[in-house]
Amino acid sequence: MMRKILTALALASLPFATLAADAVAQTEKQATNWHAIIMFCIFVTMTMGITYWAASRTKSTADFYTAGGGITGFQNGLAIAGDYMSAATLLGLTAMVYTQGYDGYIYMLAFFAGWPIILFLMAERLRNLGKFTFSDITAYRLDQGKVRTMAAISSLTVVCFYLIAQMVGAGQLIKLLFGLEYNVAIFAVGILMMVYVTFGGMVATTWVQIIKACMLLTGGTLVMILAMSQFGFSYSTLLEKAMSVHKLGPKLMYPGSLLADPVTAISLGLGLMFGTAGLPHILMRFFTVTDAKEARKSVLYASGFVAYFFNVIFLMGLCGILIVGQNPDFFEGGTVGGKLIGGGNMVAMHLAKAVGGNMLLGFLAAVAFATILAVVSGLALAGASAISHDLYARVIKKGTASEAAEIRVSKIATICLGFVAIVLGILFEKQNIAFMVGLAFGVAAAANFPVLILSMYWRGLTTRGALFGGYGGLVSAVLFVLFSKSVWVDVLGNKAALFPYTQPALFAMPIAFLLAYVFSKTDSSVRAGKEIEAFEDQYVRAQTGYGASGAASH
Amino acid sequence: MSSAMYERMRTNPKFRELVARRGRFAWTLAAIVLVMFYGFVLTVAFNPASLGQPVAEGSMLTVGVAVELFMFIFFWVLTAYYVKRANSEFDLMTQEIVKEAWKENK
Repeated sequence: MMRKILTALALASLPFATLAADAVAQTEKQATNWHAIIMFCIFVTMTMGITYWAASRTKSTADFYTAGGGITGFQNGLAIAGDYMSAATLLGLTAMVYTQGYDGYIYMLAFFAGWPIILFLMAERLRNLGKFTFSDITAYRLDQGKVRTMAAISSLTVVCFYLIAQMVGAGQLIKLLFGLEYNVAIFAVGILMMVYVTFGGMVATTWVQIIKACMLLTGGTLVMILAMSQFGFSYSTLLEKAMSVHKLGPKLMYPGSLLADPVTAISLGLGLMFGTAGLPHILMRFFTVTDAKEARKSVLYASGFVAYFFNVIFLMGLCGILIVGQNPDFFEGGTVGGKLIGGGNMVAMHLAKAVGGNMLLGFLAAVAFATILAVVSGLALAGASAISHDLYARVIKKGTASEAAEIRVSKIATICLGFVAIVLGILFEKQNIAFMVGLAFGVAAAANFPVLILSMYWRGLTTRGALFGGYGGLVSAVLFVLFSKSVWVDVLGNKAALFPYTQPALFAMPIAFLLAYVFSKTDSSVRAGKEIEAFEDQYVRAQTGYGASGAASH
Repeated sequence: MSSAMYERMRTNPKFRELVARRGRFAWTLAAIVLVMFYGFVLTVAFNPASLGQPVAEGSMLTVGVAVELFMFIFFWVLTAYYVKRANSEFDLMTQEIVKEAWKENK
């Protein structure tokens, strides 16, 4: 049971594929936690105030999608870090260090290592070529209608799978932390998200994310410092004691079972690194700043916060082994080593309570709820912009839609996505959400990333190549996950998996690249020739930023 | 009109220099990160025991933790180094290229 809940929640936003085998189990409803609810209400009041303020400043499409490009590098860095550090990071990774020791730390590095690569190879060109969505870049010199439709479909696929995972995780988590009913929690998250996004657009979404990131960093640091003070701030003392009581003993700091298989390890590394570079809500954040200079700074700040926070979590998990793992109060029936109250993911929460009482517990619980809300809002905005900016304004209206009409469509799209998220969250309550996160990252890495990077780096890419590469990556990533053990065996009940690995990236990415290459090379149409020629101008703009959309002057 | 601007920038030797220098710089840093990270992943996969050893006799700090902590810090320092050079040296070159293209325009 403990392991199942751990799996369910850890997977809420992280592709912990090796833990994917278990189905989501019902979590038990806890007593209503008033400290947490009051603190969460303060957060909601504050962010609603910001949304009200943001609504008066959200008039043009640029305001709505990208906050008018007026976010500074530092603010945007916090917001990116916020998008990246979900509740699952705090709870799931702490729990992972608590149970698996060093393996949790390996995962954290894998999540982190994508950021420098994004900066060195992508951030610059993304900012210089894009306007509102990453489809702006893939469709820059290719057929607008077809390529945008493809990019919007894969964006929406990623957003939907990620949303389901977040919503189901949110419902389970809130039930645990706040003692609310699952459906009530799902509705609360869905409706609050709709309000933030429809009224405040990107301005409000960004500020919600910034506030939450600050809360998360403060809360985590506070718990870590209070916990470490019990060991005289000595890593050696902490580790010595932890090893003496942990069931892994001296093996606590050895790589364990999670990454034993080389193919899984490499595929996971690829999926996390390049999946991050293909997530539409993260890519969108490159367009909220004034220029490439600020875009670079955003990544610097974001990766700094993420790296710092991962190390805090590592220490929290280790402290938890002693402070939580040795205290009978936190175990059901009071037996140390039995089942943790509320499930395995509660390590961080129990730790907060042990070192800071009910106030700190309430604060951390409120942070976790705020985190889910903020991540869901970012996702909804990314999905809505794919519908309104790409599909409605560019494909259906072919660029003739007025700004007001485009904003109206994106608001309607947000509300629809909100209801879709609520319905899916309720439908999938008892489902294994693992494969959806796997899908989200797999599709992002296999469908979005190859076409995006080729369109920026390879002059030979044509519309035909982009379409085959994009759809090929999408379909193969979906099929690989469908045929893997976590879906084919665990969900569909078949005997043996058709595809032996849980991580699709290592296989689906090469397929996407190969298809894009072959079908571009063999494309001898007149239009293909023109598209290849158009690369020259695109290349100069990508390098210099000349002609790139500036702040608030679209 | 903007196509003519792009044409002038492209033929500017400074543009070629910018692209070559920044490209070399970015790819070098990216290669360092990729080699270190995937080297680490392969060590996890093929020689996990080596990561559990203490860095020195009697120390509680293990090789694996030390290496990872180093990578967290080192990758971030590389990021900072890239941002610093890109935001000063390369941005200055870019501005010059755009300015020169404008001048020719007149």
